[in-house]
Amino acid sequence: MRVPLLVPMLATALFASPAFAATIEVTIDKLIFSPASVAAKVGDTIEWTNNDILAHTATVKGGWDVMIPAKSKGKVTLKAAGAVDYFCRFHPNMKGHVEVAP
Amino acid sequence: MFMRSTATLAALFFVSTAPLALAAEKPTDPQIAHIAYTAGTIDIEAAKLAIKKSKNKEIVDFAKDMERDHEAVNKQALDLVKKLKVTPEDNDTSKALAKAAKEEHAKLAKLKGAAFDKAYIENEVAYHKQVDSALETLLIPSASNAELKSLLETGLKIFQGHEQHAEHVAGMLK
Repeated sequence: MRVPLLVPMLATALFASPAFAATIEVTIDKLIFSPASVAAKVGDTIEWTNNDILAHTATVKGGWDVMIPAKSKGKVTLKAAGAVDYFCRFHPNMKGHVEVAP
Repeated sequence: MFMRSTATLAALFFVSTAPLALAAEKPTDPQIAHIAYTAGTIDIEAAKLAIKKSKNKEIVDFAKDMERDHEAVNKQALDLVKKLKVTPEDNDTSKALAKAAKEEHAKLAKLKGAAFDKAYIENEVAYHKQVDSALETLLIPSASNAELKSLLETGLKIFQGHEQHAEHVAGMLK
């Protein structure tokens, strides 16, 4: 298979997951998810980079629950379409949103 | 003299008042480090008591959050003072904080069940409010080392979150 010229752009995504699923980066800094809202497709991965000295989670009520240790990363692969709100179980006023397209 | 700002800060911790005009004298970095660390330790001790005594899941979860976060911040503070070769210096504010905490601890230790939960969470709201206010108006502006100032600023963000979280839990108990 010939790899298109988009190699540098896709390299990260290819490395992390099969097919052409993308990895969407969200940063946590001083208890804020940034960007607070992201758009994704089923099969994409969201990866949180936690710059804080505290552990956080990205948790959906009745859904995924991702641990994101201090100065570390956590990720989830999106399996279902729809819009979800997530929050940090340890700091419930930290909130984020994901729009998942089929 | 440092005494004056100490008295101001002590007043801030024990009496809920409107924001106050600050004394001209500022605590030094070694004193600030000691005050911040002491304030964190106090909340960890209160959390441990709540984890042991409370049967309320919201309270226990909140207390575990307090223990985890304040231990993380205090560890960071210790690493920083080590790196900066600063020796935290005990001072009247730290002493006053410790004394008040001891009294509060004794008061809480006597309570049980819902009365304990209510007193603990209300004290958490008030305590975080006072610490946040002290950080904002005295400790952060007084810190001269940039890294110490930055850690205090991070602490303020974290503790403001705790304050809101405590208010939320307090609201649920009613």
